[in-house]
Amino acid sequence: MIELTVNGRKHNVDVEPEMPLLWVLRDVLDVKGPKFGCGIAQCGACTVHLNGEPVRSCSVPVSAAANHKVLTIEGLAQRGQLHPVQKAWIDHEVPQCGYCQSGQIMAAVALLAKNRDPSDQDIDAAMTNICRCGTYARIRTAIHAAAKTLKSTKA
Amino acid sequence: MAKTFACKFEPARRRFLKQSAAIGGGLSVGFNIPGALAQKPGAAVEINAWVVIRPDDAIIIRYARSEMGQGSMTSAPMLVAEELECDWRRVKIEYASANANVKRKRAWGDMASVGSRTIRNSQEYLRKAGATAREMLIAAAAQQWGVPASECSASNSFITHGAGGRRLSFGKVADAAAKLEPPKDVKLKDPKDWKLIGKSVKRIDIPDTVVGRQRYGIDVQLPGMLYAAIAQCPVFGGKLKSMDASKVEGRRGIVKVVPLETFVAVVADNWWRAKEALRDVHIEWDVGANGNVSSASLMEFYKGGLDAQSDVATARKDGDFEQAFGSAERKIEAEYYTPYLAHSCLEPMGCTAIVKDGKVELWTSTQNAEASLAVAAATAGVPLENVEVHRVQLGGGFGRRGGAQDFVRQGVAIAKAMEGTPVKMLWTREEDTQHDFYRPASLVRMKAGLDGSGKPVAWYSRVAATSIFETLARVPLKRPFAPADGVDPQSVASLYDLPHAIPNVKVEYAQRTAHVPVGFWRTVGHSQNPFVRESFMDELANAAGKDPYEYRRALLANSPKDLGILEATAKAAGWGQPLPAGVFRGIAETEAYGSYTSAVAELSVDKNGEVNIRRLVLGIDPGYAVNPDNIQAQMQGSSVFMLTAMFWGEITIKEGRVEQSNFHDYRMMRLREMPKVEVVLAPSGGFWGGVGEPGQASIAPAVCNAIFAATGKRVRSLPLKNLGLTLA
Ligand code: FES
Ligand code: FES
Repeated sequence: MIELTVNGRKHNVDVEPEMPLLWVLRDVLDVKGPKFGCGIAQCGACTVHLNGEPVRSCSVPVSAAANHKVLTIEGLAQRGQLHPVQKAWIDHEVPQCGYCQSGQIMAAVALLAKNRDPSDQDIDAAMTNICRCGTYARIRTAIHAAAKTLKSTKA
Repeated sequence: MAKTFACKFEPARRRFLKQSAAIGGGLSVGFNIPGALAQKPGAAVEINAWVVIRPDDAIIIRYARSEMGQGSMTSAPMLVAEELECDWRRVKIEYASANANVKRKRAWGDMASVGSRTIRNSQEYLRKAGATAREMLIAAAAQQWGVPASECSASNSFITHGAGGRRLSFGKVADAAAKLEPPKDVKLKDPKDWKLIGKSVKRIDIPDTVVGRQRYGIDVQLPGMLYAAIAQCPVFGGKLKSMDASKVEGRRGIVKVVPLETFVAVVADNWWRAKEALRDVHIEWDVGANGNVSSASLMEFYKGGLDAQSDVATARKDGDFEQAFGSAERKIEAEYYTPYLAHSCLEPMGCTAIVKDGKVELWTSTQNAEASLAVAAATAGVPLENVEVHRVQLGGGFGRRGGAQDFVRQGVAIAKAMEGTPVKMLWTREEDTQHDFYRPASLVRMKAGLDGSGKPVAWYSRVAATSIFETLARVPLKRPFAPADGVDPQSVASLYDLPHAIPNVKVEYAQRTAHVPVGFWRTVGHSQNPFVRESFMDELANAAGKDPYEYRRALLANSPKDLGILEATAKAAGWGQPLPAGVFRGIAETEAYGSYTSAVAELSVDKNGEVNIRRLVLGIDPGYAVNPDNIQAQMQGSSVFMLTAMFWGEITIKEGRVEQSNFHDYRMMRLREMPKVEVVLAPSGGFWGGVGEPGQASIAPAVCNAIFAATGKRVRSLPLKNLGLTLA
């Protein structure tokens, strides 16, 4: 049995230790926000936070998440309040098909947690997830907008 | 009725976006048809196939196509709402059921989201459906008041009588309205009176996406469901010879190994176990006759098409090309090549199905629910009425999920082998890259003759490529569908319909069918031929010593729409104005999918071959612009899609199989490479053009023409990585 905490809830899962965290979340715990795009840590559609760090869950064995905290897109909103990044994503109509977007949002949230006011270069370096629909320009705009909101609410 | 299939999976937007078939209570193999709604007292009332009204004034508008990010789940219902005169804030959108479409003699018409045609092809019947419902609601209110309908009007979900201002909400009269005979002829609004069309309306599916609640095919979860991973014969057209699954027998979670004609499926209690076990199944393939095909042999094959004297069809013939070319002052000839490309939808192909009691239910990301239904019925051997295709959002489509439906055939075949148990089949990225229906490779020979003033008097193109329509869609290449018998309209798109004033034109098509399966890839023929045509046009301008913009302008004098978008885009880009040292411009223009597009690229190329695109100005005239912000998004997305393809996109073949496998060797553009894209939206009105695909058409030639301006090197073959160029 492997114990992990997903979005604040404890779970015990009886799976192979090498099973990727992504598939434990999706197929065992029915947490469908993280998506599968490549399976080799290239696309970032599977991005979740492991103890606050963004990771590509398709390439993290579940054993590495044992006794740690996993946060997925489903756990981002707090008490019914969307995270400022989610709000900015709605305001700027970022998603197209949306398939990459839970990964993009988790990557953006992680960036803003470390860097309150990221420059375009910071965004370039942090946002390496693939969006096949090509929403990159709006992702950039929305991150800047969310950074502004975060600054004004926490000032 | 068969037993209700209790289902944990709910369609996306479950609070307000229920699938029609599910409204009557639970997803069931019996399928409730939407028409049944009208019979329930106090329930929602169907006014017509597209409009359902609830007593609390919620308006349900049905949507028959597929949402894959192109935004038509919002823009198609906008057309209904515009005429219905309802309160858009209270509109809920629900998918029309593919099963009901069979039973109700295609009440919702074509369900396919392909060819950028949702708005173009359905705008009239959608607006009429809204107008018809509005007239029926007005008539019902008028009857209730005992006044002539002509004294009443509808607005914002209310019917009002004359100056007195008596009002009734739509919900109050819906029941009575539904019983009236629909009017035969309804008048549609004058475009100047539109309230919704032309406004940037928020896309309805986005709020669910940002909280992870959007449901795609891959997300379906059913009680007792098993999972399948598959391996297909790596050489197209090959078959399974034998397999040995003894190594995985009894392994944890493995339920069954299913050998089928062209693939092997491992069925397990989760997908990862199935996929891992598949690696230990020993499979022998009979690769057939194509085990020696390579990219080099394919190139020879297409070259043969360029030189052939027979098996060539003429797509267009104006004047006498040979004579005019023979006597031309200057002759220019060139060959252009565009490669095979994969779709790489971020959600890999998949299909979840249950076959039970002679019925089939499936959940799959499809661009054509009717085609999925038909393929499922044929595969399971059941009548069409016994199949339902539950609708989900698509994790990208780009043409991959429309015509082929191979994933449905496989999913249903596996479910049939596991009869009674729902099975979710999912491909790996490797399968997805190596078993696509690729954008065809195409080799084109161009010739032009110029007169003394540099004007083209003779123009020739011959295209050698595999036909998508004949090989995938099995549409015979016959007139009037084809420009001429034996010509695939996509293979010669933007060449045979060349709008320029050139007196002697000859366009030929050498259909050459290779074993590599081809399919519709976003923008299809317009993803490659405008690169050929507009680059070659630049060659002519250069030979004539003319400015490439002015050169095009002169030739488009009699094509006002082409000319209009060319001029609007050039103006926005500041064509002709001085640029900093080392920065150069390129321009291109073409019609595609009923819209007119143009692009101006502004870039520099450094000594390492890094192309720095400072600005990409992208113009489009779609006639009417239904949802402008969404068009903006489509243009930006088209830029990424085309830049990805033109810099890196290339599927190569070795020993009959695809060499690329995943994103490490089939590269996608990333955020840091995204150039500044400025969209020039110039709707001139009077027609309905597409917006999902046209944006790509002018980009590659504009960029390559700017590269020529910068380096003096003419790009005649893509991708640019093969020429040592990369995107900075
Ligand atoms: S699925 Fe994990 S990075 Fe692509
Ligand atoms: S929105 Fe479709 S992949 Fe990013």
